[in-house]
Amino acid sequence: MEYFLQQLINGITLGSIYGLIAIGYTMVYGIIGMINFAHGDVFMVGGFVSLIAIVALGVTGGSGFFPIILALVLVVFIAMIIASAYNWTIERVAYRPLRGSFRLAPLISAIGMSIVLQEFVRIAQDGRPKPLQPIVTGGYEIMSREAAQGEFIVRLSNMQIFIIITTLILMAVFTAVITRTSLGRAQRSCEQDMKMASLLGIDINRTISITFIMGAALAAVAGLMFFLYYGVTDFYVGFLAGIKAFTAAVLGGIGSIPGAMIGGLIIGLIEVFWSAYFSIEYKDVAAFAMLAAVLIFLPQGILGKPEIEKV
Amino acid sequence: MAAAPKSNDVKTEARPLEAAAIAKDVLFTAILAFIILGPILGLKTFAISGSLALEQRWGLVAVFAAIAAAGRLAYHLLVWQKPQARPSKAASASFLPAISFGKYLVPVVLILAIALPFLPGVDRRVVDLAILILTYIMLGWGLNIVVGLAGLLDLGYVAFYAVGAYAYALLATIYLPAWFGDGIVPWAFFITLPIAGILAALWGVILGFPVLRLRGDYLAIVTLAFGEIVRVILINWSDFTGGPAGIGGIPRPSFFGLPFTDGEGGFAAFFGLDFKPIHRIIFLYYVILVLALLTNFVTMRLRRLPVGRAWEALREDEIACRSLGINTTSTKLTAFAIGAMFAGFAGSFFATRQGFVSPESFVFLESFIILAVVVLGGLGSQIGVVIAAIVIIGAFEVFRELNFLKAVMPAGFDPVQYRMLAVGAALVLIMRWKPRGFVTRREPSVVLKEKKAISTDLVAEGHG
Repeated sequence: MEYFLQQLINGITLGSIYGLIAIGYTMVYGIIGMINFAHGDVFMVGGFVSLIAIVALGVTGGSGFFPIILALVLVVFIAMIIASAYNWTIERVAYRPLRGSFRLAPLISAIGMSIVLQEFVRIAQDGRPKPLQPIVTGGYEIMSREAAQGEFIVRLSNMQIFIIITTLILMAVFTAVITRTSLGRAQRSCEQDMKMASLLGIDINRTISITFIMGAALAAVAGLMFFLYYGVTDFYVGFLAGIKAFTAAVLGGIGSIPGAMIGGLIIGLIEVFWSAYFSIEYKDVAAFAMLAAVLIFLPQGILGKPEIEKV
Repeated sequence: MAAAPKSNDVKTEARPLEAAAIAKDVLFTAILAFIILGPILGLKTFAISGSLALEQRWGLVAVFAAIAAAGRLAYHLLVWQKPQARPSKAASASFLPAISFGKYLVPVVLILAIALPFLPGVDRRVVDLAILILTYIMLGWGLNIVVGLAGLLDLGYVAFYAVGAYAYALLATIYLPAWFGDGIVPWAFFITLPIAGILAALWGVILGFPVLRLRGDYLAIVTLAFGEIVRVILINWSDFTGGPAGIGGIPRPSFFGLPFTDGEGGFAAFFGLDFKPIHRIIFLYYVILVLALLTNFVTMRLRRLPVGRAWEALREDEIACRSLGINTTSTKLTAFAIGAMFAGFAGSFFATRQGFVSPESFVFLESFIILAVVVLGGLGSQIGVVIAAIVIIGAFEVFRELNFLKAVMPAGFDPVQYRMLAVGAALVLIMRWKPRGFVTRREPSVVLKEKKAISTDLVAEGHG
């Protein structure tokens, strides 16, 4: 029971991160119908920028409560801005000129972009993993139990609290933007029918650009949290995390934002429980197999609309 | 953001831009480049006594930002400002003589390829490089069946390559000697080659069957996932595959039973030649040349069969295919299986050439390189694959040797480091400006009475 509870906490934490990345996939797919293959790498860039900002600011685990919070807020904003600049440029350079090209063109371009980002970071920052001493330390003991091997303690770390609370806040803000503002209305209308939206005076290019920017901002926060949670990052983290987040987006129903969050949580929980109860070596296989299974058996996802193939 | 020009409108018609607007846009480009490059390129992290420190390289960032701004300015002045007629008519006309040119190009390249090991000045390094290029040409031709002809984007192609390589490695080192005794080992390659192909094709069917109903981009990402699954299994199933350490001591190929060794019973002694280690390399070269040409021959023949035409029709319009009674599942499966089979052959060859296989050789990047070979060459173009493979694999090996690059660039500059960056960028650029690849012309598979050139603008881009 205690072990289960601990894994549940870990799974929700990881799932929140996947959910934030998944929103970027799901929004872009919803609007322009392509997999932004480079999104995972934008997430990686967000993590790297956070790392650099943290080192530049010189915060460490011993800096005290308020300096750390202040620094983290600052780092979040820097990472958001820079990752947004990346995703905006990617959309302008690699995707926008390809609208109306043949079916596979944007996807191939996106794969190229993904490799460009990975290689750029690898060359600029060398390929070694970058470790960092934990900044957000401490936590709470929720429960403990005497076990044969000693005491088993269920722990909720401050880092996990930080991740879950940040995710909740971002989700709330984000949902408000999508449902309440004119910008969100423009996005939803583009998603439903882009041609009609443009006839009704919505600047489609601007809406798509903003969608990429929003997705990147969320991915950047996810990148920061992922990197703080694991304490290490390298140029390749975006690949796996990207595939898992994409799985989450599909599982939740592509195009649906609450779906992305639910999908993220499910994928995070599956990964953590699989590692905890079966085998840690095959945890990625579990995620990949999940992706294949979802696409084959439930391609419309949990909250998505079934797709009608039009002739 | 508002300062950004709407590049789409500007490209098609010449529109005079104010100098101020251009200056604003160029400045915006420079600032954007600075924001993008600043943190990652300008502040390099390095480990120092257990923590990280930063090395500042703002000069480098400024240089790149200046390059970006200058490029943007040049684009403004040279491309968008010029009143231009769309050049596509002239371009397509210039492709027409390419038919007769292509007629001579192919035999010349072929003769060159056959004679290569005996040309003067060709040493072991060149033949080794040629073997590598031919391996990628073969893989490219194999993937071309799946991506170029059938229009299924397969990002896990390297999985089939791995199946072929491991099939040969396991059969030749463990199973064949155990079943038939050690005498079989010199023949192992030729016995295993078809088995490896069949196994890979089988895997193609197994992996393909559940996912072929999916749409293009979903299919791509599922094949990517399958490719990774195969790799993770290879790493973790240590009892069978040797785990991350891989399998070593794979027998080298023999000349149909004659080993390439010095002394009695060897290849050199049998034919009365002086023993040279290069004999084996040359033999390997011809093996891969034959395999690659076989791939090409089979592909070209299949394209004329109903199944090949069904592939191309499927790529153009799946729904139309279905309504015309083509069984799309079996058509896709044959493309998947045949593409996988050639990857299996190539994998076997890879194992015997290296003498060693490990999961490290079958990462996603490898799939990406093969895909890049196909896409840059031109989806569906056979000769394009050859050109792209030579450019991608060969050019960088050559760059490494160029002395003037060493003189111009700072010390420690290794162009090979930048290879994947360049290939990735090339993929983006080629999709943007030349989505049909280096070779834009397609030979029609089936003709009525006479061959007509299909020039680029007769077919919608990418649909030819």
